[in-house]
Amino acid sequence: MRVQRVTNPGWKAVTHAAKPRGTKIGTRNVENTMLLVITLTAAVIWIFPLYWAFVTSIRSEGHVVSEAAGLLPDMFSLAAYSDALFNSNLLTWYVNSIGTSVIITVLVLISGMMCAYALSQMRFAGRRVLYAVVLASFMIPSQALVVTQFVLMSDLGLVNTWAGIILPQLIVPVVIIVYKQFFDAVPKEMREAVLLDGGGEYTLLFKVYLPLNWGITSALAIITFIMAWNQFFWPFLVITSENMMTIPVGITQVRDTFGVNYARVMAVALLGAAPVAIAYLIFQKKVTEAVMISSGVKG
Amino acid sequence: MAMITNRRKHIVVAMTLIAPFVFIFALVFLYPTVQMIGLSFTNAPLIGSGEWVGLDNYRRLLSDNLFYTSLKNNGYFVLLTVVPTTVIALAIALAVNRLSGRMQALVLAIFFLPYILPVSVVTQIWAWMLDFQFGILQPLLEWMTGRPVAVFNHPGWVMPTVAAITIWWTNGFNILLFIAGLRNISSDLYEAAALDGASRRQLFMKITWPLLWPVTALVLTLQLILQLKLFDQVYLLSGGGPFNSSYVLLMMVYREAFQLNNGGYASAVALVLFVLIMVVSVLQFQLLRIGGRK
Repeated sequence: MRVQRVTNPGWKAVTHAAKPRGTKIGTRNVENTMLLVITLTAAVIWIFPLYWAFVTSIRSEGHVVSEAAGLLPDMFSLAAYSDALFNSNLLTWYVNSIGTSVIITVLVLISGMMCAYALSQMRFAGRRVLYAVVLASFMIPSQALVVTQFVLMSDLGLVNTWAGIILPQLIVPVVIIVYKQFFDAVPKEMREAVLLDGGGEYTLLFKVYLPLNWGITSALAIITFIMAWNQFFWPFLVITSENMMTIPVGITQVRDTFGVNYARVMAVALLGAAPVAIAYLIFQKKVTEAVMISSGVKG
Repeated sequence: MAMITNRRKHIVVAMTLIAPFVFIFALVFLYPTVQMIGLSFTNAPLIGSGEWVGLDNYRRLLSDNLFYTSLKNNGYFVLLTVVPTTVIALAIALAVNRLSGRMQALVLAIFFLPYILPVSVVTQIWAWMLDFQFGILQPLLEWMTGRPVAVFNHPGWVMPTVAAITIWWTNGFNILLFIAGLRNISSDLYEAAALDGASRRQLFMKITWPLLWPVTALVLTLQLILQLKLFDQVYLLSGGGPFNSSYVLLMMVYREAFQLNNGGYASAVALVLFVLIMVVSVLQFQLLRIGGRK
């Protein structure tokens, strides 16, 4: 086992590969190396579209479509980026995307934790029904509701507004379910102690249960934000004026406007993806954790 | 007396806590669902009222060729994505799970990164890679078929291409679920089996695969539901064409409601899609519950 670790530093001494006996050591090492090569090749293929988008975005429009353009970055021009930032509505779309996504995240978390707290810690008529509704709303395909949701937004005068983008995205049942699980796991003694000291339910929720669960709160916040940022279908329907568009909807307009200016299209695409990509790369562990927990695979 | 006031206060607090969720849920989910059912029996435009037409919309739907085309394309897309993405995700998860430390984090990040991109970023990158004139992938297609292919203008190519792009985009999520599943398998099992001289193949067939089955079932059913809701990618890449070869149910809803101004008919189509997905979801839920009990 030790030997294997030294010769193959990149490999985890996974237990099932770690008990080679006798002559098997040699074959297993060859196998391991081959598997590593295949894995890395697959990873390179997987990242290639993003690499290619980046390489394209730092070329000039002329060079992008010229015969001389190879696979390697052979130019470093930020013209496409400055063009994208200053000759389109990209900055306005950033503001719309950040504004709506932040508001959605905050409201989803607050309403979710409040509802989860009531479901987990309080006794009231209709509690079971409410929990059943939360579980069932998991299955409701909101995409099939867009027609009448649009009619509703139109009746409320919310077409082409932030509120119009935000409202239908505030139902994220998984946030309630995850919070409920975590609140259920808080020891009852803490609750009783606070109640004896004269604290109320709000004190309990915001001074005890929430601080105890900052970890999951931040994990849920990050994925809720990413999901809200990436939302395409609904904002695409409810927004028609270019000034109100979010990033995912807006960047499709750039293609329409500029036609086949590929460097600029790629620059816009990468700028549009940058905030969530950076958020993911910084909080990779949190995102991974949130995805695993919210799908119920890991509790 | 004090007990009763306390009890009442408790309930008031509980109601206040659940109020935001209940209110929004009723407003943006419940009410539109009821509205959709009602609207599907009228000939209303998107905005404004219409007349009661009974089952006319549903009769029209049953004789609408586009409806069957959409249904067929939805089914085709499910076939092209659900099982392939699950198999690919499992293979990648097994490979990534064997790595460790920074290497594992890096490779996992590479495979997961596409999942967090907005759909329009994904489609623009791929539209460029597959561009008929200048696409970097055209030499590959030329090598496969003998000439460049305008994939999004070719009835035979469009759905498989959209499916491949979708797998690239969403696979990271499935990989994470499989990795979580793999981490849940106790290493003692492997050690014991390895001591008994089990081969790698045996370890996979006798330990990994059976213990991973619940996660596999979860991934399969989540994918099935997700892929039935296909719209964004086909709208952005092919607009449903060519010759409706990538036209799907949600696109029919969108077109009837927002382009042809047929609110009533669009609601009927939407309701069919709604019921379809709900049925699949309930089946999934039951299936997973039975699976979980075993």
